[in-house]
Amino acid sequence: MFESFFTWVYQFFIEPFQSYMFLRRPLVTCFALALGCGPIGVILVLRRMSLMGEAISHAILPGAALGFLISGLSIQMMSFAGFVTGVCVALSASALSRKTLLKEDASFAGFYLLSLGIGILIISSYGGNVDLMCVLLGTILSVNVPSLILVSCISSITLMVIALIYRPLILECYDAHFLKSVKGNGHIYHYIFLFLVVMNLVSAFQAIGTLMALGMMMLPAVSARFWAQQVWALSIIAGIFALIAGYIGLLLSYHSEWPSGPSIILVSGFIYIISFIIGRYGSLLRRAHHA
Amino acid sequence: MIKFENISVTYGNHVAVEDVSFDVQDGGLYAIIGPNGAGKSTLLKAIIGILPLTKGAINIDPAIAAHMAYLPQQSNIDRSFPISVFDTVAMGLWQEIGPFQNYPPDATDRVHQALNEVGMSSYINRPIGTLSGGQFQRVLFARMSLQNADLILLDEPFNNLDEPTIEDLTNIIMKWNKAGKTILTVLHDLDIVRDCFPQAALLARHLVAFGSTEDVLTVDNIRTSYRLARQWGGINQHV
Repeated sequence: MFESFFTWVYQFFIEPFQSYMFLRRPLVTCFALALGCGPIGVILVLRRMSLMGEAISHAILPGAALGFLISGLSIQMMSFAGFVTGVCVALSASALSRKTLLKEDASFAGFYLLSLGIGILIISSYGGNVDLMCVLLGTILSVNVPSLILVSCISSITLMVIALIYRPLILECYDAHFLKSVKGNGHIYHYIFLFLVVMNLVSAFQAIGTLMALGMMMLPAVSARFWAQQVWALSIIAGIFALIAGYIGLLLSYHSEWPSGPSIILVSGFIYIISFIIGRYGSLLRRAHHA
Repeated sequence: MIKFENISVTYGNHVAVEDVSFDVQDGGLYAIIGPNGAGKSTLLKAIIGILPLTKGAINIDPAIAAHMAYLPQQSNIDRSFPISVFDTVAMGLWQEIGPFQNYPPDATDRVHQALNEVGMSSYINRPIGTLSGGQFQRVLFARMSLQNADLILLDEPFNNLDEPTIEDLTNIIMKWNKAGKTILTVLHDLDIVRDCFPQAALLARHLVAFGSTEDVLTVDNIRTSYRLARQWGGINQHV
């Protein structure tokens, strides 16, 4: 009985990755994504920039569409162009909120709707429905080696930069006035962080498309909020949740023949539901227990 | 010495402080008082450099200007942020460690000592979100203590605190002042001002009065501040 159980476990959880190269590369891509997206998502949540993350993820679309126009479904070109438009929108929306009466979230919302409209218009006019779905939902199963290297490089850079600016970035999150009073230039760290967000969203867009790229960041981050009370612990837990979501999501996709991007997000969503029900801090169960 | 020379600060078209001039002596203990919207907090933010001046100048000895400590109102701090008391207080070492350097080897001892001074050493590993308003204010005082600045700016440090906490924190302020530090504190409670602060500046966007607390807190000066507050529609129950 035990033997058959272990055989099932092996066949379900390990064999697909052992047998098929087309699954191994997406798995490594997911792991690389998880390392960068975990901490970025946590800081996005703590800075109350969830909506802005959503806006930036859609801001990548017109760039990806332009890249598509220039060189077809080339992930590298689409990523590069998406990165350029993402950075432009992030900087423009942030600057607009500082120069006008608009708050940052409203400014980002305006730009993101515009970006989304332009992006979909370009792809649906010059490409087909299949192309549009590829950009919106991602094509993780067709990630090639250069794309995997790009994703890994982005995650590595993200971790190194966050480690470098960790102190002022965190201080700017919860006590910006104190940072200003000690002559720490919060704006610089804010812009560096926006830059990292765009890079990671471009990274995630290859795997799960612009529509759900933010899911890889936000869902593990908000789930982690129920399991830890320190930023470094939240970042590690969010990374682990993203790893689990990538692994299980790909398995679900393989066994059930579901699209891989939505499967990964679905698992992340399931972890989120479990977390807010039984999490260690502030979950429904804890609140009910203390009531 | 800090010299305010005809300073004005505006938020867009809204004038918060206009044409204010006075001198602060080194080692002085000053209360900044006035109705709501009088520009008290704005004045502190202008000193620390958070808000730019639209007119005039604030002349501060460069050695002091490089080493100021500022306590913002608690409403400006995200109390739900997942950070421990230790990490919050250790930010008081910023002058030594800056944004990138490691903590010095004695950092833990110094944080412990600073927390001990405010009666919070047993809370060192607690997340700040689990502290009461009074406890959190003590933690912020410990951070200021670690900053060891020559000029200390406190923005409404006693808001919503109970009497024992106010008394303890007032004693800490007195101790800093006795150690030769210059202290400017925005306050609403005139009894505390009369009891503990020998010098005061009464603001109502303009400077209504400046000097010894006794001379500043006269009926005429207070009426003038009321009158000015009514002109801009400020709430004036605090003076």
